[in-house]
Amino acid sequence: MTSTTPITAPAVAAERERESGPARRRARRRRVLHWIAVHSVAVAVALLFVLPFVFVFLTSVMSDDQAMSGDLWPHAWHWENYTTVFRTDGFLDWWKNSLIYAGLGTLFTVCSAIPVAYALAKFRFRGRRTAMILVISTMMLPPQVIVIPMYLVWAQQFHLSGTLWPLIIPMAFGDAYSIFLLRQFLLTIPKEYIESAKVDGCGELRTLLRIVVPMAKPGIAAIALFQFFYCWNDYFGPQIYAAQNPASWTLSYGLESFKSAHSVNWNLTMAATLLVMAPVCIVFFFAQKAFVEGVTLTGVKG
Amino acid sequence: MALTLSGPARRRLRTLGFLSPWLIGFGVFFAYPLIATVYFSFMHYNQIKAPTFVGLRNWKYVFQDMPLFGPALWNTLWLVVVMVALRVVFGLSLGLLVTKIKSGVGFFRTAFYLPYLAPPVAATVAFVFLLNPATGPVNEVLSHIGLTGPNWFNDPSWAKPSLVMLSLWGIGDLMVVFMAALLDVPKEQYEAAELDGAGAWSRFRYVTWPSITPIVMFAVVTGVVQTMQYYTQALVAGKIASGVSIGPGSVIQPGYPDHSTLTVPQLVYSMGFQNFNTGAACVLSLVLFAIAMAVTMLLMRKRSGLLAAED
Repeated sequence: MTSTTPITAPAVAAERERESGPARRRARRRRVLHWIAVHSVAVAVALLFVLPFVFVFLTSVMSDDQAMSGDLWPHAWHWENYTTVFRTDGFLDWWKNSLIYAGLGTLFTVCSAIPVAYALAKFRFRGRRTAMILVISTMMLPPQVIVIPMYLVWAQQFHLSGTLWPLIIPMAFGDAYSIFLLRQFLLTIPKEYIESAKVDGCGELRTLLRIVVPMAKPGIAAIALFQFFYCWNDYFGPQIYAAQNPASWTLSYGLESFKSAHSVNWNLTMAATLLVMAPVCIVFFFAQKAFVEGVTLTGVKG
Repeated sequence: MALTLSGPARRRLRTLGFLSPWLIGFGVFFAYPLIATVYFSFMHYNQIKAPTFVGLRNWKYVFQDMPLFGPALWNTLWLVVVMVALRVVFGLSLGLLVTKIKSGVGFFRTAFYLPYLAPPVAATVAFVFLLNPATGPVNEVLSHIGLTGPNWFNDPSWAKPSLVMLSLWGIGDLMVVFMAALLDVPKEQYEAAELDGAGAWSRFRYVTWPSITPIVMFAVVTGVVQTMQYYTQALVAGKIASGVSIGPGSVIQPGYPDHSTLTVPQLVYSMGFQNFNTGAACVLSLVLFAIAMAVTMLLMRKRSGLLAAED
């Protein structure tokens, strides 16, 4: 824009409003109506998004009989449903397994993704473009495509079926999605910082650990959160490797069998459902910013 | 250190070192299994006796004789078209709505976003309960306003639409992506359009749309690839809605009711891990792979910006 165009649209609008009283009143009324329209739509949609949670919660504190009745409001509040769920066989083990899978999986992913993403973002080398294409291809690959040969290797060569290790170990060797996301984030770090560190005599590894990692904390937090949620929510992986051995079930996998075992107890099932959702919601509330930034980064920042 | 390596050689070694976790992972967990899948697709293998070569028999079986392949492919493509289209339209509308909200943005954003975080199994179990034809709150509420709700997950013609509803409930990620894209549209262009007397629709059509098309494109392509993998929700909804008690190892016909929720990934699982027909399962995997790759190629062409370096 040149400096000779000082007249902006708001300025013009303001000019017009100053000119006549009725026009100004009309504009104001339109703004108020617009505000009301937008917010009523927003409230209606928000209600649709929140109601499922409300119904699930209300059912989770109903008595066994009432939960099957179609009633919307509990006659009496049966908070003990939650302790009943916790006392169910295996439920605490599922928690433990989910935490191990999600915790170790996240740790491995972060440690392996950082150097790879850094190299892809900041090193110049032949085949860098090809490497990025391959990363994106793996990201797009449905897990079902490679699951059968992988299962055969883990089950027949390493005898690790019935455990979660076949899911955890690969994460020490880079996860395409995390590498891609972190690389997009590292691109935004100005190369001057890295160059000046080199001038000061830092080696490549020191530069990464001392300069880049501290600056990339939001990006690292985002991939850590995504990976934690991915593992926590994963159903397909545990179904392939842990299904035969209930001692290795995770919460996501166990929840469905919990429902099958308590085929009539919707109240207990809904209590268990909320208990599976709870950690994810708690983590989200503490790390909202990193999470939303991460989502944005995957879709927008080319 | 004591070794005298030339500059370029050292740099190459350094690059290899940094990339090594991924290089190993790519070879062991991507390239190897992909080649093995192709190999097994030409083998008869029940995971007990050694595989024997059968040529194209598995391929012929899948495309000509497998009774469930047709329904599974149809369901998967149905879900890809309907779910992706509705998700993009709904996600974009919600993104637009959120950018128009003046008060309580934080509350609305959280309300729209939270369902996305619900673990798929938990969300599915909850939806099967909510949409239970006899005792679910949704039909209960509908009956209060004089409507008879459908049988949802228990009706073959409503099961897939129910899955679409579940997926629209978890639209939060797309909403955030579109919201960010919408906020990136230069404000001056709106002002200029307004000066030219453009109405709301023209402003969207000529200002907003051109600048967000790359993101819409990205959302469509990733949506297609994700829906090609659609598995957990369809499987869990079918199992829970069928009301059968399922112990480990018990084999049920997937895709309740009437195979209406059977998807290709489910068929891969049931072929490979329940029927132990490794060859057929690998053929199905490769069909899935071919479609996903075709879509990915499209993405590379249309969104080469994804590969942009810092310069």
